[in-house]
Amino acid sequence: MNLANTLDAYLVLAGALFCIGAFGFLARRNAISMLMSIELMLNAVNLSIVAFGAFIPGLRTTGSIIALMVIAVAAAEATVGLAIVVAIYRNRKTPLVDEYDAMRR
Amino acid sequence: MRAWLYLLAFAVAAGIVTTPALLIFVFGGHSVDDALFVALATLMLVSALAVVSMRDIIRCGLAMIVCFLSLAGIYVIVGSPLVAAAQVIVYIGAISVLILFAIMLTQSKAAPAKLVFQTQAAPAAVAAIILVVLITLGISATDWGEVSVRVRLGTDTLARAFFRDDVLPFEVVSVLLLAAVVGGVFIAKREKDAPS
Repeated sequence: MNLANTLDAYLVLAGALFCIGAFGFLARRNAISMLMSIELMLNAVNLSIVAFGAFIPGLRTTGSIIALMVIAVAAAEATVGLAIVVAIYRNRKTPLVDEYDAMRR
Repeated sequence: MRAWLYLLAFAVAAGIVTTPALLIFVFGGHSVDDALFVALATLMLVSALAVVSMRDIIRCGLAMIVCFLSLAGIYVIVGSPLVAAAQVIVYIGAISVLILFAIMLTQSKAAPAKLVFQTQAAPAAVAAIILVVLITLGISATDWGEVSVRVRLGTDTLARAFFRDDVLPFEVVSVLLLAAVVGGVFIAKREKDAPS
């Protein structure tokens, strides 16, 4: 058995990382923790894309190109998301998402 | 001084986490790639669990850096050194620092530090475990067609594809990054005459 040479090992690893990120997104109260969990999920998807690109001959360069694009878009997403969190914190004085109830009242 | 102690403790913990995998795989007749893969995968999953479960959010951010670093190592093993370099530069150099600064800007002593999880944490954990089992079953049941041996992708090949065939998405991404910078500055800008 050659673990580092099978596509399934990388995909299972990416699935596990994605599920950890999904759990963090659903379970944490802090908005920045939720953003970190989103980054974990993006990284998991990126790992599966790179693994597909390395193992499937038709996707050889496309996989890495998509992964680089995803990294750039994740940087943009982190910038805007953290700006929104900082702006909300300035108004509500708390980073906890279950205290953002302005639209519920 | 305490920071060094923390760093030392973390290095020891990482060694404890990854050494059994290395020993088992090297002495079990596997290749060095396998041992590195198992060690990095273990380190990545453990630090990802630390990111979602630790109480102090600054330590969550630092564990996230470790997670990204081991993921960069896995990119090198799978054969994409350029993606690994981009991972180190963008994720560790930019996004992690941004997140750490945002943590420091939004940390308040008045906030209750005890309760870090929502009330739906237990159902979320069950759902995540079910999801990982389903993903594993689905992956092992799927035939991926013509799967070749893993090939190391050279930077020149990638650069040729990037700047010749896919040059339009490359330029569009630069516009997107500009829009994100302008939008981030606009959203986070402090209004002068706003009623605080």
